[in-house]
Amino acid sequence: MNIQVNGEWREVRAADLAAALAELGFADAVVATAVNGEFVPAASRAAAALAEGDRLEVLAPMQGG
Amino acid sequence: MLTFYDVPVRSRLLLGTARYPSPAVLSDAVKASGAEVLTVSLRREAAGERAGQAFWSIVRELGVRVLPNTAGCHTVKEAVTTAHMAREVFGTRWVKLEVIGEEDTLQPDVFGLVEAARILCAEDFEVFPYTTEDLTVAERLCAAGCRVLMPWGSPIGSGRGLNNVFGLQALRARFADVPLVIDAGIGVPSHAAQALELGFDAVLINTAVSQAADPARMAAAFAQAVAAGREAFLAGPMEPRDMAVPSTPVVGSALLR
Repeated sequence: MNIQVNGEWREVRAADLAAALAELGFADAVVATAVNGEFVPAASRAAAALAEGDRLEVLAPMQGG
Repeated sequence: MLTFYDVPVRSRLLLGTARYPSPAVLSDAVKASGAEVLTVSLRREAAGERAGQAFWSIVRELGVRVLPNTAGCHTVKEAVTTAHMAREVFGTRWVKLEVIGEEDTLQPDVFGLVEAARILCAEDFEVFPYTTEDLTVAERLCAAGCRVLMPWGSPIGSGRGLNNVFGLQALRARFADVPLVIDAGIGVPSHAAQALELGFDAVLINTAVSQAADPARMAAAFAQAVAAGREAFLAGPMEPRDMAVPSTPVVGSALLR
């Protein structure tokens, strides 16, 4: 299915968020995730089913003031 | 000793991590500043680049405490969601809460700020709200559960120092027991010294250090200014006067006309 990952359309085979992250290359990365604007804690990723057109945000530590 | 949510901090200089020429310069500046608290943020990560992972390992090596911000958030929902994501990534309940209300000045949306603070404090966050010197807003933030306030000196990145000294003094006097950190607008070390002389507990500096020609040297200069300002406050500065007062005694002056 096609989902938006950080604003870009990507095709993924995974059906849940944990599998999608692994497929997208974030398996061991320190990131926080949100789907359609709602925070999904790391512990809930495997239970978070993805659907066509979902908007996934994958955020990581960055410089800030 | 100064404490933020019961955590004692020795350095009254907090440092931002943005806009340094390189990660190595950032590390050098942090070490030169003596800062024990660094602000950090969250941004989209690209799987290939992993810029965030590299940055996070640099910060962890520095062994300091991090204060994640909600920079760039314009709504309560964005700020609250960002705070949740930051808590998970950085493993801290601390959050520098920013809800931006106006683009030209990056002035906080104080209505959204109070609402977001109320939500986050109820969820056990330890909120450092980026606010103005407005006394009523400060009152509401404290009522919401904030135990630190971060009033602006002047707009973020403007380097204009303390724009409303009278208002800031009133805030200091009204909230004598709340740690107050001047956040934003400090341009040069003399501004930081002034903030500490007025009795503010600490300053948060970013652009003034990161955009200096020699950030590590400027960080050291800020550390000295903060220490001097604090000492001056403790020493009790004299009251300013409108007219001259001779410093040399007048009694016993010779008559030589």
